[in-house]
Amino acid sequence: MAQATSHPKARYSADAAGLGTPRAAAFIAPAMALIAVFLVFPALWVIYLGLTNYRLTGLAAAEPQFVGLDNFVKAVSDEGFWNSAWLTVQFVLGSAVIGQVVLGFTIAWLLRDRQGPLKRVVEGLVILAWILPGAVVSFLWIALLDRDGGTLNALLGIPGFAWLLDHPMLSIIIFNTWRGTAFSMMLYGAALGNVPPSHLESARLAGASGWQQLRDVVFPHIRGHILTNLLLISLWTFNDFTPFLLTAGGPDHKSEVLAVHVYNVALRGGELGFGAAVSTIILLINLVVAVFYLRLLRRKS
Amino acid sequence: MTRHIVGRIGFYTLIALLMAFFTVPLLWLAAAPFTSDPTYEVSLPDFTFTNFQAILEHPYALGSLYNSLLLAVGTAVLVVLLAALAAYALSRVRMPGRDALLYALLLLSSIITGTAAMVPLFQLAVELNLIDSQLGLILILTGGLLPAAIFMLKDFMDSTPKSYEESARVFGASPLQIVGHVVVPLVRPGLATIGVWAIANVWGNFLMPYLLLSDIEKQPGAVIMFTLYTEGGQANLPLLSTFGLLYSVPVVLMYLFVSKKYGFRFHGGIKR
Repeated sequence: MAQATSHPKARYSADAAGLGTPRAAAFIAPAMALIAVFLVFPALWVIYLGLTNYRLTGLAAAEPQFVGLDNFVKAVSDEGFWNSAWLTVQFVLGSAVIGQVVLGFTIAWLLRDRQGPLKRVVEGLVILAWILPGAVVSFLWIALLDRDGGTLNALLGIPGFAWLLDHPMLSIIIFNTWRGTAFSMMLYGAALGNVPPSHLESARLAGASGWQQLRDVVFPHIRGHILTNLLLISLWTFNDFTPFLLTAGGPDHKSEVLAVHVYNVALRGGELGFGAAVSTIILLINLVVAVFYLRLLRRKS
Repeated sequence: MTRHIVGRIGFYTLIALLMAFFTVPLLWLAAAPFTSDPTYEVSLPDFTFTNFQAILEHPYALGSLYNSLLLAVGTAVLVVLLAALAAYALSRVRMPGRDALLYALLLLSSIITGTAAMVPLFQLAVELNLIDSQLGLILILTGGLLPAAIFMLKDFMDSTPKSYEESARVFGASPLQIVGHVVVPLVRPGLATIGVWAIANVWGNFLMPYLLLSDIEKQPGAVIMFTLYTEGGQANLPLLSTFGLLYSVPVVLMYLFVSKKYGFRFHGGIKR
């Protein structure tokens, strides 16, 4: 305090409320404690669990044994794991990288210089699909795709077409495109607002077609946004558990993306150790994507 | 000229197709609750309210909405309180390791997802006797939302002026008085945003309560909705449609409120 009175200005601007480091630490501590116990510790523990033969029930539940990298070796040689990994690639590429990006950009581009009710209605509908609870929209799609009574088959005139049984991956890819486009639409809407109209105008005067304007003027301006968008929605889609609500991974593991695979193996099948090894692999993939993303943010600022 | 007309026709066709794609799946939720004897196929409603009777008769439907509210509000209060304290200290006091801590928080919040952590969280809940404990679930959900909340709030507090705090200090207010009477009113919009963000997150969350609450009397709307359409033979469509609608309405109202009051902004690390 003595120092504060001798150099009031300097102290005040560094610590406006005069909190001081001990009190500041006390302010931070409760939040950090919860994060440590319920976020950091589980992430570290999952790595350890992945090295044991932990099971939900039975002998190995009481006394789990350290089995080293066995679970990882088993995962890498397991057909179910690779099946899920490949389905996840299809899910992320199909619904996020292609579906949400293309649809989100298309809507943002079509509505770029519009105001008024049309824009509000279209955006409102897309956002509605995004904000409604996952359990509700999943059932809406089950009703829509129902083989005998569903609205889609009635509209298309193909009664009896079993979308969820015969084409489960296609169904969840289209579902997730529908569900998640809002984010990309809003991001590209904001990004397109930053493209200087004068550049577009001069391209138009020089006789550039719509596609040439996009390629030569718009894309260079929003490249950063596209990359940010791709990384974030890939990360979210990769970790999305909602397909479980629609198909539960079935039929016959045909739509069992990794998120659902972990649940089915570890919590339904009881193989916690093996499930933890798969979780560790998911964590590592998340880490790589997130580090890329944070680097990108840093370079921009 | 013809090119212009073709362009317009193309534009409206595309818009119509897009609107159909986004509307058709939602129609059932708008029509079925008000249709007597609803089927999977969307039909014109006859505006009956008898389907809502099914909710009152169901033993867990209304209770589950109360549970959703309890979990959402409980988590939001904890997240706002703890994140505000931490964000304020991080924003105003330059402590050693602060930047590294913020970087770690941002990294953690994006890599440790429910999917990656479901196995250890389930284990942890078993060990700590937190299975079927709503308080335990609130703590777990809070831990998951805190890093992003602290990060967003710190950004918000960095952009509020410090001069009020400085003058309050000149007039002899204690640090805690300053926080309570000067800072909280200043950052109230930020706190409200984080609160709404947390409520929306928890209200729609399915995985964590599904994993950690097995007592049907404690389960929130998301889990009850899933149970209603996966278990017990023929789906009860009057119940599913009305329950789905009631469970969705608060989210829509909240969204309308937020976008009207603050203008809708991204939640998540998109601000730079």
